[in-house]
Amino acid sequence: MIVGDSKPLEEILSMIEGRDKVLVLGCRGCVTVCNVGGEKEVGILASALRIARKKDGLPPTVDEMTLERQCDPEYIEELAEVANKYDAIVSIACGVGPQFVAERFGDVAVFPGINTTFIGGALEHGVWAERCQSCGNCLVHNFGGLCPIARCSKSLMNGPCGGSDSGNCEISPDVPCVWDQIVKKMAVMGRLEELEQVWPNKNWLTARDGGPRKRVREDLKQ
Amino acid sequence: MRLQYPTNVRVIQLPCSGRVDILHLLRSFEDGVDGVYVAGCMEGDCHFLTGNLKARRKVEYVKKVLGSLGIEPERIEMYNMSSAQGPRFAEVAREFTERIKELGPSPVGKAQAA
Repeated sequence: MIVGDSKPLEEILSMIEGRDKVLVLGCRGCVTVCNVGGEKEVGILASALRIARKKDGLPPTVDEMTLERQCDPEYIEELAEVANKYDAIVSIACGVGPQFVAERFGDVAVFPGINTTFIGGALEHGVWAERCQSCGNCLVHNFGGLCPIARCSKSLMNGPCGGSDSGNCEISPDVPCVWDQIVKKMAVMGRLEELEQVWPNKNWLTARDGGPRKRVREDLKQ
Repeated sequence: MRLQYPTNVRVIQLPCSGRVDILHLLRSFEDGVDGVYVAGCMEGDCHFLTGNLKARRKVEYVKKVLGSLGIEPERIEMYNMSSAQGPRFAEVAREFTERIKELGPSPVGKAQAA
């Protein structure tokens, strides 16, 4: 899923300063699963904003709405009848949400209420870790199912580097060295000799380095 | 026992302090209350094992939210007491009421009344 973190309340309050009617807009997709932008979090943020406004004697209109997804136009369309009633829409979806809303409703000010951090998974309830960098050319099968692009601090294809220390990365003892894990996993699987392959420079054109990406599926396109 | 405690304390019963929700706590402040405290069982004595520990974490979360909004975080507190500690219940009610009296009315309630 796409994982995010709530922006500080102070930052959100300064974004919507001077805007009377505010809509907090959640998403039932990834951000619901990582407990940062679903219906519950919409309720908490909207309540906090109302408290702040009441405290300052400002109009407390902070409404709540949660869409099925904010990354599909048909769900964004559900806003069509209400969007113009607001002076600000605070989207707590990933970075796609505020952009889709802003693209569809040109005259409404849209603000992001969360910081989109990474593509990852839950290690346990309340703990998430990065697992994919969307490089556009998946190679994890060569490394025991562990991604050296997303999980090595240097994205090394031929690791480990000299900074691997007792299973941890030199950047922090809290960051496991994925190359240490790869070597151990391949050894357990009896595939250690596969790591003798030297990988040439990775072609990053499929990643963000090739510019913004777009994908067209002719079999699905209407 | 017929213990006296301040009449301004409104008791809202829950099956376990773990049932308390961040939204319950925030909405109280939204409605202008001056303070909220959660009275859970003694730590380690939760019938549901961790209900009171979860309640404490939610209280801590709301303390942070209030701080960010420029409202005294002391307006919300977590207390632990057993159901056999009637005198302690009354003592906490008095103690917290005194704390809130010192802090004065909630800035939210004050703005609403004005």
